Amino acid sequence: MAGITGKDAVLTEYAQRLETLDAPKGRSLTQDAVRRLARNKAAVVSIFVVVFIILFAFVGPYFLPWTYDKIDWTGIRKPPNFEAGHFVGTDQNGRDMLARIMQGTQMSLIVAGVATLVSVCIGIIYGAVAGYFGGKVDAVMMRFVDIMYALPYILFVIILVVMFGRNPVLLFVGIGCLEWLTMARIVRGQTLSIKEREFVEAAKAGGAKPWTIITRHIVPNLTGPVVIYSTLTIPEIILTESFLSYLGLGVQEPQTSLGTLISFGSPVAETLPWMLIGPAVVLVSLLLALTYIGDGLRDALDPKDR
Amino acid sequence: MDQTPINLLEIKDLKKTFSISGGLFRQLTLTALENINFNIRQGETLGIVGESGCGKSTLGRCILQLLTPDEGQVLWLGQDLTRLPAEEMRKRRADLQIIFQDPLASLNPRMTVGEIIADPLRTLRPEMNKEERRARVLKIMEAVGLLPEMINRYPHEFSGGQAQRIGIARALITEPKLIVCDEPVSALDVSIQAQILNLLAELKDEFGLTLIFISHNLSVVRHVSDRILVLYLGRIVELATGDEIYDDPRHPYTRALLTAVPIPDPKLARQRNIDALKGEIPSPINPPSGCTFRTRCRFAKPFCAETRPPLEMIEDGRLVACHRWREIEVPEEAVLGA
Amino acid sequence: MKTVLSVEDMSVTFALHQSEVHAVREMNFSLSEGETLAVVGESGSGKSQAFLAIMGLLAKNGQAGGRAMMGDINLIGMAPRQLDTHRGKDIAMIFQDPMTSLNPTLKVKTQLSEVLVKHRGFDQRKATMAAVEMLERVGIPEPVKRANAYPHELSGGMRQRVMIAMALLCQPKILIADEPTTALDVTVQAQMLDLFKTLTDDFGTSLVLITHDLGVVAGVADRMMVMYGGRAVEKGTVDDLFYDPRHPYTLGLLHSTPHIAHRTARLDPIQGLPPSLEHLPKGCSFNPRCAFAFDRCLAERPPLADTGNGREKACFYEGPMAYGKVA
Repeated sequence: MAGITGKDAVLTEYAQRLETLDAPKGRSLTQDAVRRLARNKAAVVSIFVVVFIILFAFVGPYFLPWTYDKIDWTGIRKPPNFEAGHFVGTDQNGRDMLARIMQGTQMSLIVAGVATLVSVCIGIIYGAVAGYFGGKVDAVMMRFVDIMYALPYILFVIILVVMFGRNPVLLFVGIGCLEWLTMARIVRGQTLSIKEREFVEAAKAGGAKPWTIITRHIVPNLTGPVVIYSTLTIPEIILTESFLSYLGLGVQEPQTSLGTLISFGSPVAETLPWMLIGPAVVLVSLLLALTYIGDGLRDALDPKDR
Repeated sequence: MDQTPINLLEIKDLKKTFSISGGLFRQLTLTALENINFNIRQGETLGIVGESGCGKSTLGRCILQLLTPDEGQVLWLGQDLTRLPAEEMRKRRADLQIIFQDPLASLNPRMTVGEIIADPLRTLRPEMNKEERRARVLKIMEAVGLLPEMINRYPHEFSGGQAQRIGIARALITEPKLIVCDEPVSALDVSIQAQILNLLAELKDEFGLTLIFISHNLSVVRHVSDRILVLYLGRIVELATGDEIYDDPRHPYTRALLTAVPIPDPKLARQRNIDALKGEIPSPINPPSGCTFRTRCRFAKPFCAETRPPLEMIEDGRLVACHRWREIEVPEEAVLGA
Repeated sequence: MKTVLSVEDMSVTFALHQSEVHAVREMNFSLSEGETLAVVGESGSGKSQAFLAIMGLLAKNGQAGGRAMMGDINLIGMAPRQLDTHRGKDIAMIFQDPMTSLNPTLKVKTQLSEVLVKHRGFDQRKATMAAVEMLERVGIPEPVKRANAYPHELSGGMRQRVMIAMALLCQPKILIADEPTTALDVTVQAQMLDLFKTLTDDFGTSLVLITHDLGVVAGVADRMMVMYGGRAVEKGTVDDLFYDPRHPYTLGLLHSTPHIAHRTARLDPIQGLPPSLEHLPKGCSFNPRCAFAFDRCLAERPPLADTGNGREKACFYEGPMAYGKVA
């Protein structure tokens, strides 16, 4: 049937017509998942909350009279004062709290985003390769992960900070480089089960090379667990960053983050409650919203598991 | 194409073992296939039957080199596939394809029908451009009875029967000479089963295919096959033409299998006395000595436990592995009662 | 003969997001003592759901209507607690995959004796003895050893026997078997079918055999009911339906089943696909796939009507059915 017969020409023409007329598009699994997610009220509300927090953090500062590092000598440790433009008060150094919350949220979101991205990228590739090739490759790769797990990550962060100085970007990458361990384990587990599925065997029978099988057949089918896990990683990273900042290893003054703000606010919660309430509200609502989105995604991506 | 009736495929002394862990520090060896010798002639349909765990799927995968046999040769037109470098084998895959049991599981849920069917072309026919691929996909879709407008849909939007047609289309797209059908209709409804069986028969004629049809359903195998190979615990017990097997089975196991097959005919089914096999298949990890079937065989004698019966040629092209095949009488009434 | 179960006008409905799906509609049949009734249909025909409804085992969004009278008790709509006193004791069900209905963490004997302790008030020792005895009766070799095993240590056929033993312990009047042999090898299947025959003959149990395999039906059943799109389309004795099918669907099923004794060049399958219960065709549900459909079939739904000799069918077509030649 090779070669161009008359039938071929007719079909080619038909194919071109389909190209322009468009054969009806199917519903992909992703579209299905989005539809199911849209039906989940808690998740939809949470998405709006997260979007609002993102806008608040990145666009908000342009509408404020104060920047996060400007000191108002007339207003130190003052409660909210609308006339002076300190809508949620000032801190011990006379800096506007609202501006600082915005900047802190910004910083926390960037940390979370970059670190999650790094951990997802490394984790998927590492886990998929270990899982797909199996055997000795898998054993060596996963033992390395086990060793990394066993080492205290604080040590790594300190080494990184000592070597490269206190650069926030480096910190994000550092956290990401540690967070990928769990991701790699999850991805490897999934890969082990996916590679036994018949469509992978079909791809092998179709002559596909290992790399093609990993990228075309395995990785796209990892979407579910990876997306779910990363929504759960984001809050974890925000908390890790807070902890590091508290130890003085994280973000440096005058820059700040949600964790740093809270750690400064908590000792003075009784006398200067606005220093704690503001950042705490943002952090709690961010974490809650992310958790709801994660839950919603899990239900949407794996409708059978409910 | 070469018109002489040639052996497309020759399997010689094939052996496959799996090592499984039997607890801490203990490795057990499971012999999935042993002493497998047979040929496949161009244009025929060879049925492979046996109960679960007999190694029939493993055999199919060893032929396609999806599993690497431990010993033996798989000769494709005289060329040993087991020795072929990976890159050569990859090119050879255009000639040997497979259809799976679970039609939905064999389709990548993230790809559209068009992408799934075209997938083998990407590696095996890299010179084809997008339009050529698409034209070819549409042509094959038509051949297997799928509508062209289904090309952009996703597997989960299809029923089992349609999904199996997609799987068949993917196997056909590289213009293979041989297709291994691994239980292709077991997961389908009765009416759809018949549609797919007919489709396979049509495609076989249209594309000049050679089929290896693996199934546990003897009625289905009988319906499609020219010759039938019966496996028990990883060994060939009988190989003969379909009519020979069904009218005059020589191996006690084949006979027992046949009488156990349910017949969709109430009167026959009631008359028939079932030569029910006692017990269940022994574990392949620790198979019985000598003839592996002796533990369930009603003709077994003490010497059956001592040596393994060789696969003997009893007539032209007919093989059987039983010490006592000469002594066991063929029952007067046909086994099926028909 | 004594009727042990009589189902009248039963329906099963599932509530989906925005819609309702009628899995079973207008189901009527009766089951006599010691009789084997085969319920035949393809996936989605509602054959399993009907009997899950009778057992009170529908999924949460399922709702059953009508009556299923066992003596003078109606099983449909009965409170779960009350149902528990009958389930297992008077009516039992076994499934295709025995592993899903056996607790993997309990020994076989524990699971078996539990039933006896609960329903028949046996003490533990007596219950264990009865359990071992029952294992032997369903053809399990070395019953004492098997009784001390966990389900995963048994083979598929053995597990199915354990399930049957469990179902029979309280000597139920009715045993419902949903595709009991589909997952088993032919030789084991033959053993199981043999066991079913013994059951109905020796214990007087009435058996409902839900299956898609006509080969299984032919050897075991007395009567059969063919289901399509949630409704019974033909009922009668096995011989009548196999040798003289009156509904085109029954005929189509018979022609789709390969016969081991005579090889035909081509099967005559039913064209098209089974309908989705959400979008049943107008008129007769089978009309898009039917070779004999005429205009009335498209407009009107044929009722299940008596055609004499205890047979019923739901079809308007009365002419001869030479299959594959008319189409």
